[in-house]
This record gives sequence, C-alpha cells and structure tokens, in this order.
Amino acid sequence: MIKKLFFAGSGGQGALAIGQLIAKAAMEEGNEVTYLPSYGPEMRGGTANATVVISDKPISCPLINECDVLVVMNLPSLTLFEPMVNPNGLLFMNSSLIPEKAKRSDIRVVEVPANDEAEKLGIERAANMVMLGAILKETGIVGFETVYNELEHMFSGRKARFLEPNRKAVDLYL
Amino acid sequence: MSKILMKGNEAFGEAAIRAGVKCYFGYPITPQNEVPEYMSHELPKAGGAFLQAESELAAVNMAFGAAAAGGRVFISTSSPGLALMQEGLGFICSTEVPLVALNVSRGGPGVGGIQPGQADYIQVTRGGYNGDAKIPVFAPAGIQECVDLIYECFDIAEKYRNPVMILADAMMGQMMEPVELPPKKEITPVDRIPQVKPWAITGTGQHEGRNVIFSLRMQPDVLEAHVEHMFEKYARAEKELVRYNTIGLEDAEVVFVAFGTMSRLCVETMEIMAERGVKAGLIRPISLWPFPEKAFDEIGPGTKLVISTELSMGQMIYDVKVAAKNRWPVGLIHRTGGIVPSSIEIADRAMKLLEEVNAR
Amino acid sequence: MKTVFAPTAGMVPTDTSYCPGCSHGVAHRLIMECLEERGDLGRAIGVVPIGCAINAHHFMNVDMCESTHGRAPAIASGIRRVHPDKVVFTYQGDGDLASIGAGEIVHAAHRGEKFTTFFINNAIYGMTGGQMAPTTLIGQKATTAVDGRTVEQAGMPLRVCEMLATIDCAVFVERVMLNNPANVRKAKKAVMTALDIQAAGLGFTFVEFLSACPTNWGLAPVDALKWVETDMAAYYPVKNFKRPEGY
Repeated sequence: MIKKLFFAGSGGQGALAIGQLIAKAAMEEGNEVTYLPSYGPEMRGGTANATVVISDKPISCPLINECDVLVVMNLPSLTLFEPMVNPNGLLFMNSSLIPEKAKRSDIRVVEVPANDEAEKLGIERAANMVMLGAILKETGIVGFETVYNELEHMFSGRKARFLEPNRKAVDLYL
Repeated sequence: MSKILMKGNEAFGEAAIRAGVKCYFGYPITPQNEVPEYMSHELPKAGGAFLQAESELAAVNMAFGAAAAGGRVFISTSSPGLALMQEGLGFICSTEVPLVALNVSRGGPGVGGIQPGQADYIQVTRGGYNGDAKIPVFAPAGIQECVDLIYECFDIAEKYRNPVMILADAMMGQMMEPVELPPKKEITPVDRIPQVKPWAITGTGQHEGRNVIFSLRMQPDVLEAHVEHMFEKYARAEKELVRYNTIGLEDAEVVFVAFGTMSRLCVETMEIMAERGVKAGLIRPISLWPFPEKAFDEIGPGTKLVISTELSMGQMIYDVKVAAKNRWPVGLIHRTGGIVPSSIEIADRAMKLLEEVNAR
Repeated sequence: MKTVFAPTAGMVPTDTSYCPGCSHGVAHRLIMECLEERGDLGRAIGVVPIGCAINAHHFMNVDMCESTHGRAPAIASGIRRVHPDKVVFTYQGDGDLASIGAGEIVHAAHRGEKFTTFFINNAIYGMTGGQMAPTTLIGQKATTAVDGRTVEQAGMPLRVCEMLATIDCAVFVERVMLNNPANVRKAKKAVMTALDIQAAGLGFTFVEFLSACPTNWGLAPVDALKWVETDMAAYYPVKNFKRPEGY
C-alpha cells in the first residue's frame, strides 16, 4: 500500500497543517510517512503546498509525480495541480473559494464548502479542519480517533481553547 | 522506542544535543534556519551553550575556540555560508581539533537559490581551504540516517581529531519523517575534559605541562612532517570510513550512482525502468570522502552504463570516473539551480543514454 | 641573599623573538605578571593573533591557541562557552584587530563577552614588513604608502578605543602607552583592573597599548619610544574611556 497526497492553498489557509496532521496520524497508526512542505518566501503569502506519502513499506522517494488524493483550498491551486491526480483518484476542492468546476471526468471530485461551513460554526479560521473531516470521511486514510489525539497535542497549553472549535469543525462531516 | 514525526533541521539539532554537544554556533541562512532556532531553545535546557554568531566566519572560529577548549561542538550552515567557513575548516584540520559541521545545501553558485542542490560536492570533498587537508563527509539520504550519522560523527571527529562534515540538502532539512532518537549522552563536565581530551586548552592547572594549539610551522621540514602525520590519519580514514549502499548491482544493465535526495529518486526511477524492461542498479555513496570506489567492484558483468546522477552540473562524476576505471562508459543525468527532476525524467534520460550506448 | 627581582613564572624562561626596542616583550610581561600575581596562571587561556605576536605562545606560560587572522575574539567567545570560570584573553595587533578582525572585536564587545582583549597598536603591520595599518598615522610612511598615509587615499586612522567605548557592554576601555617606566606601571594597573572586571563577570574589557615598532618605523629604539609619545599619543589620547563603578 502506498498513498500519495498533495495539499495546496494560499499561505495561511492551513493546507499544510492538515497535511501534517494526516502524516502524523498515519505514523501513529504504524505507517511509514514523509511530509514535504514548500518553504521559503512562498510560505509567506504565496501558494503553499505539501506532499504526504503514506506507505506500509519504507518510502523511497518523498517527491511525487502524481497523487492519489489532491486537496486544493483555492482556485490557483486547482488550476495548477488538477492534472496531477491519478485516474480514479480523489480531488477535494474548497468550493467556498473555487467558483469553477473541476475539468477531469476520470477522477472523483468532492466539493467541500469549507469556508462557508466554518463560518456557520463561527470559526472562520477552521475551514481547513472542515476539509480535514471531509477527507477522513471519504478516504478513511486515517482514523478520526487518531486525528483527535493529534489535535489534542496540537491544541494544548495556551492553545487549548481552540481544541473544541477545531474538533467541531472536523466532526462536521462525520 | 517510539518514533516521532520531526522536521529534518530540528531532528538534526536534537541528534547533536543527544550526542552530548556542549556548544552550537550558527548564523541565519535558509534552508537551515530551524537548526539554530531549535538549538537556541533546546541546547541550554540540556546544559549546553548556544551562541548566534555575527557571521559564518565568526561561527566557525567560535567553534574552533570551543572545540580547542575541549567542548563537543556542532555547527550548521548552508552552501554560501560553508564557503565563508572554509578558511576556518582548513585551519581546524591543521590544528587537529574535532568538530561536526552540517551543510544543509542549496543551489549555487553565489547566493544562488534556496532549493535543494548538490553543487557543493566539490566544496565538501575537496574543500575550499588552502593546503593539504581532508574532511570526512557523509551524505545521508533521509532524516533518520542523518540523525544517526550526526550522533555518531562526534566520536569519529574525536577519534581522528579532525572536523567531520554531514552533507544534507534543503529537502532533507525542510521535510518531516518519523525518527527514532538515540539516547542522550552526558555533556563532558569541565573537570573531566583533560581525561577525554588531554590536548585541550583548559588551563595548565588541569593538566601536566602546557597545551598549545597551533597551525603555524615556519620550517618547511616541520610543516611537511605535520602534513604527513595528518595524511597518515587520512589513510586510516580511507580504510575505516568508507560507507555505501548498493541495490541490484549483480544483474543491472544500468547502474546509477547517486547520493542524498538524488539517490531516493533513483530508487523510484529503477522501478519505472523495470516497467520499461531495463534492470537498473544503484550505488549510493554515504561517505563522499572517502569515496566508496570499491562499491564499483560489485557491479555485475552485464552492466553497459554507469550514470552519475546529480543535482549539479556534474561534480561527483569525476570520482565516479576514477572509480569506474574505464570499465564502463560513465554518463551524467543532472539538474541544477534547485530543480529536482522527477523520477520519470531521470528514467527517460537514462533510457536515452542507454540507447546511445547500445547504438555504438 | 635577598631576591629583589625575579622573572615572572608567567613567562617561559627563554629569549623572545621580537626585534630590539619592540614593545611586545613589555606587554607580554605585564600581562603575565598580572596573571601570576592574581594566581591565575593555571586557569588562564589565551588566544594569539596573526602577526608578530603569533609567537606569543612560545613565551606566555599558559595554555594558548593560535587564531585565523582577526578572529581571536570569536575564538575566545567559543573558549568562554566551555570554560565560564577561567580567565580568557586575546592578544592582538592592529592589523589583526582593527583591519581584518574589525567585525569580530566589535561583536565580542557588543555581546559583552567576558574576556579581556589586549590590543597592541604600533600603527603598522609588523610581521609582513611594514605595510599600512588602519591605525597608521597621517603622513606616516609604510611600504604600501611610501610617501606617507594620506586622508584622500586611506581615510583617517581608526581610533579603536573610542569606537568600542560607544558599545554598552564594553565595560572597561583604556588606552595606555609603553614608552617609559612610569607609563608601564600605569599600563600594568590597567591590565590588572581589566582582569578584575573580567573575574567579576561585568562584561567586555579592553586595553590598548600604544607600542613601538622601531624596525618598521625605521627609527632607533629610543627614538621610537619618543615617537609613541609625541606622535601616536597626540592622535590616540592615553586615558581611560570607560570603567564600571567602583573600579
């Protein structure tokens, strides 16, 4: 088993954060993982992306040519990365910010109005967590419980007050 | 022991702390900034000292001072910063002071870029320093291997009384992989330094006689004798420090030679080529100096082509050609400037090179 | 018989390699006497420069190391991190400290490094044979300024004490001159005070010695000592620039 996931959005949309959460959770479930983020100036305001590879065997290469799951949080990311998805792969798109439809017909497209849903919950910044919930539900790539544990690590100490709202956002698609 | 998912640069810092490092000196340069950042908050907690230098020039000299005084010392930088450190590294070789230096390399020349590069191969294996000196260089391919090498290299540096270099790259520094961290070693207390390093400048009150650490030798015969002494150590290093991995050399039609990030791409490339009906093998040098020439003796009789695969215009290829001893044609597949080719691109180019060889 | 004078145990009992009339020998001895009197010889670690005084480790009877050119303050900063309780000093000439090592001395001072720098200012490159230094006086001849230094070509001589005294964490900055016994005694006092302040951990301490280089100045030793006072001290005032309260 080897799964290649690609997360993209503009800096601050939290695409990298959910990629990292999934990588951590997959590792906790006993898999080999690699998480490769873009870095440098592009992280500050430009497009940000991260590659996650999950496998039951050692991972030779953390770089990918194509992906099984593509997650795009904004329109430029969709335009740029849609061709990367494997036939029969999965595309998650943030339909709140992407007014267009996906072009591919050989993949399964899941439209998630992540920003709208997060806004309804009153936690605008948790749009990425809404998206995460949708990914978990549709792919089953890692278990909700494992992700909850990771969220508890992520939102501890001074950030503890953010745990419940974020969890609520993840739960939306359960 | 359980694994944790760590960013390369932070894991490298933690590996040094666990190796019992007393001092870290660094200067901000992308893509290794997380190393000094991590050391600034974690090393003092472990009882060590962090100091942000005013330049890489100062950093390498601070490192020399602390190491000459008997401390375990770790420094990190990225390619242009390493160029600034070269004088210091040559000086440290000549004074026989041990330390470990990490280069999280990027694209060059000049300021270049901040994406992964391997165009420091000549800089790290030949050095930019003046005179006859050598620095053992290890090039890990992943975060766990890099952590293990950093942890071990302090012992190697102290055994040979010479700097040891780790060559990682921007990708390894920035990515995250699960790592199992080695156990924490104790920092040698000041009063025990003379037992471990009797040559260290600790003050004459702590040892017999007087310790002087020096490089200047005005009489040519004295200097020659010292360099010969250094090269006796290097001859031992050439026997003891050679490290490499191989995959499928016995029946390979094409053999890739690649280190670090590029070697990981080659593993995937080999799968792609197998689908196209070509069996490829891999030599992955882990020690870049000493270069694992003997790995080439494991290549099977069916090999038609050896390909040096690099993130540079071709630097390791000189060592590959020497090791190949004209037994096979040596090709080159490379990208530079911070571009990492896809495994498909490497496979396409390898197939083309193979066709050319077959057509001859 | 009563001993009225004995060489300091801080100096290796050998002749120095310095030229007749050179001030290095005096400066070496002052520093080593102070370390001996303080009982610090066994816990002192010194860093020598590139320049004539690279040989200082043959004469100063303590643990020492050489440095790359100008980097002694960085090296001493490293030594300090391993030995916070020792006495650490650098000994540097004007080419080493004020030219190639200008960055390192400024930043060591600015960090308030708890070591002492002894700065031998003889307004010339000695070891390499008399080239112009940042501290070479206007009109002073050098092998790279054969008609004498001019402002147009090389700017004004660099006053290092004045510059370092502007830095908050440089807590003791004093310029002395080694031209006669009275001034040598004053210089020793400055050395002692600097070491006291280092021991108290108050910050960076700096003593500049206006020194003679008869060989490269082309003067007889006695005339060179006169020149230190008449010409050098006229441009480089001999005084304390900064001291902590109570010292």
